[in-house]
Parts: sequence; C-alpha cells; structure tokens
Amino acid sequence: MKAAPFDYIRPDTLDDACACLASHPDARIIAGGQSLVPMLAMRLARPSLVIDIAHIDGLSAIRDDGDALVIGTMVRQAAALSDPLIATHLPLLAKALTHVGHPPTRSRGTVGGSLVHADPSAEIPLVAVALGASLRMRDSDGDIDFDAADFFIGPMLTLIPPTACLYEIRFPKPNAAYVGTGFHEIATRRSDYALAAAGAHIEADAHGRVQDIRLAIGGVSDFPQRLPIDLPTDLATDLATSKTSLAAAIDTALDTVDFVEDMHASASYRRRVVAELAGRAISDALNEITAGLA
Amino acid sequence: MNITLDINGKTTTASIEPRLTLLDFLRDVAGLKGTHAGCEHGVCGACTVLLDGDAVRSCLVLAAQAEGSQITTIEAVDGADRQPGELSIIQDAFCETHGLQCGYCTPGMVLAAKTLLQHTAAPSREDVREAISGNICRCTGYVQIVDAIMLAAERLQGRNQPADGA
Repeated sequence: MKAAPFDYIRPDTLDDACACLASHPDARIIAGGQSLVPMLAMRLARPSLVIDIAHIDGLSAIRDDGDALVIGTMVRQAAALSDPLIATHLPLLAKALTHVGHPPTRSRGTVGGSLVHADPSAEIPLVAVALGASLRMRDSDGDIDFDAADFFIGPMLTLIPPTACLYEIRFPKPNAAYVGTGFHEIATRRSDYALAAAGAHIEADAHGRVQDIRLAIGGVSDFPQRLPIDLPTDLATDLATSKTSLAAAIDTALDTVDFVEDMHASASYRRRVVAELAGRAISDALNEITAGLA
Repeated sequence: MNITLDINGKTTTASIEPRLTLLDFLRDVAGLKGTHAGCEHGVCGACTVLLDGDAVRSCLVLAAQAEGSQITTIEAVDGADRQPGELSIIQDAFCETHGLQCGYCTPGMVLAAKTLLQHTAAPSREDVREAISGNICRCTGYVQIVDAIMLAAERLQGRNQPADGA
C-alpha cells in the first residue's frame, strides 16, 4: 500500500494550477485527498505530478451571492456541515453531508473533490444534481460552467476538461415560502458506500401548494440522476392522496434508470430499495412542509 | 522535498519523498510508533491522529499536505500536564471499562474520542457511536468502547468543577 513516486507542487494561484495541468498531461489535482490518496496507495492512479490546491486563496469560502450560495471547491465537508448559510439555504445538502464518510474523512474531504471524483454512490454529486447546481471551472482559456445534471457521465467520469480545475459550485437558493427536504441511504456499514441513496427537495407556496419537486437518486446506476415526479399539487388538502400516488409515480420514473449490479447488490434489489428510499425522502420533505403550515 | 511539522509540540523538519504519507512520516521519520498502520487506505481508522485539532486518518494525508500543521499523536494525547507513562483520562477510562483487548485500534479510538470530547462535553451514546464510526475494532464489539468514552466525558466534566462541589 505505497504510492508510486510522483512530484508534488503547491501553486499559490488558480492560474498557476491550471498552467501545471496544461504542461503535465497526467497530473492530478489533490484537494482533500480522501479519495485520491487511497487510489495512489492502491496504484489505481499513477500521476507524475500531484498539484495541491489547498493553499490557493479564496477556494475555501462560502458566500451568499443573492440568488445562489457559492461554495468554494476546497470547502471541507466538515466545514460545510456546520455552516449556517448551508443549514439555512441548502438543507438537503446539510442532511446529505451527515452521510458523507466519517468525521475524520469529512475534516479533510472537500465539496469540490467529491464532485470531481464522481463516485456513483457519493452524496454531494446527488445533491448537486437534485438542486441544479452549476460547477465553475478554470482552464488556461478562462472559465467554463457545467450544469451538474450534464456533468456526470459515468462511474468516476465527468465532462471536466483535462486541463481544467473546478473552483466553485453555485447552488441556486430556494425561493419559496416552505421548503422540505429528505435524504436516505442504505450502505453495508455506517457511512460506507451507498448501495442506494435518494434525496428530495420540495418547495411550496404560502398555501402549501407544491411549486417544485426535486428528487435525485445515487448509488444505483453509473451516476446520480434526477427523477421526474408528478404529484398532486395541493398538499394542504390532499396530503393523504399524494402519498398513495407517490409509490406509483416513483415506480414509473424508475423505468428510465439503468440499474447496476455488483457483488454487494443485484439490480433488482437496488431498484426496490431506491424506490423505498425515494418514498421516504419525499415523505420527510412533505412532512416538513406540513409541519411548517401547521 | 523538505517539510516542517509541529508534532506533539516539537518542530520536526525532514527531507521526504512526496509520496510519503503522514502515517509513514510519523512512524518511520519521527519514530512515533503509537500511530498504528492498519489498512493504509482509509478504511480502518487505526492511524487516526489530530491535525490542527481535528481527527484525520494519517494514511490519507500526504506528509507534504500537512506541511506547517500541528499534529498530535497518541504519545501526547493529554498535553504536557502528565508524566511519561501516565495515562490520560480517556486512556484510563478505556482500561477501566475493558474498552480494549489487543489494543491495535486503541490509539485511533482514543484520538477520535478526544476530538469528540473537545467539541461536545456531554455527548450522547449516539454522538459517541458517530464519532468512532470510522474506526474498526475486531475485539470488543464496541459496547465497552462507547462505555469508556462516556466515562471519560463524565470525568472530564467533573475535572472542571470545584472539589468540594460548591
């Protein structure tokens, strides 16, 4: 379990980091290293150069940008978990973060690192897809934006250009009277890789009418994806009905998913479990809205 | 490359290969064998140390990344107010509740507990389970480890109260 030799550089600016990427085709960026260092140890990754972006100014900030919350790529998962802006505006992210690794990996692991690593079972990419986050990268030609919904294309595969470095993630702030969220996952052990995960974010107006329902699933296919769900809109009067039609709506939406199978779980197990988890996530979200209305 | 770390209050400078992990730096360069090498890929938690006060897995941190940081290992788990060989309150609680058998996971467990108790003076058993969720023990079944950390929490709270109870 020892990494193959590599060179290490710690640039001071994002542009310097991009220049290193451009001049070394097999270089890898290290943020928190909680995924990359094991890959180095197992020699699944053998870069000639590791570029440490931890000391670049401005990548560790969380700021309120009016209609969006902008999270720097180097924001540690533990810092995000205890951040009041995230707790207020992105409750789904706050819930999902409690499932990300363990306290000692969250203290090093970063929001951006998890997104770029793109593990199919990872929680942060799932939330980014659910909430329609936008990922901003820099390369030598300037800035490039990707919608999270398009960014993930396979297991550990994204559209990130080889010479680009993700530097901030923009999450749109909910703009509704009531927001309810739910996040559930199943893993073989606490905080292990999710065999199935589901997150729901529901927005309702002052009368409890659903304006927007965002459901995403992870761990069951090659990358996290949003599921289109149709629900009765008048929650204030029709909550019981909406819950009965929920299971059918989820089941229909799951027809579009290409479920994976591995040594841990069959495709049919994943489908059954993620359907249940999606139902629970939506239920939690609806219950939060109902509680807010009461 | 040259790096400088503060390890248990002592400034340590060494010339290292970039691929060296903080774990191997502590054990092989600094000679502190109390930090145990387990799985070496971030699964078992045996190598847990404190980096700037937070529990981290030293096998998942390159020594180069830790440049300029303050590292606390099991050898200095309770700071300077103890004599060499004397146990800290947390370590003592592990002995009293039979929170260890082979002891391989124990340094990591103790440091994970230390981080928890620094942030949460009166944790619930659920808080304790979450704090050690990344640390694997194959001997105890964890119940006595949770007992140990709860006992340590109680004693650490008591330490800050006047002896006469006033």
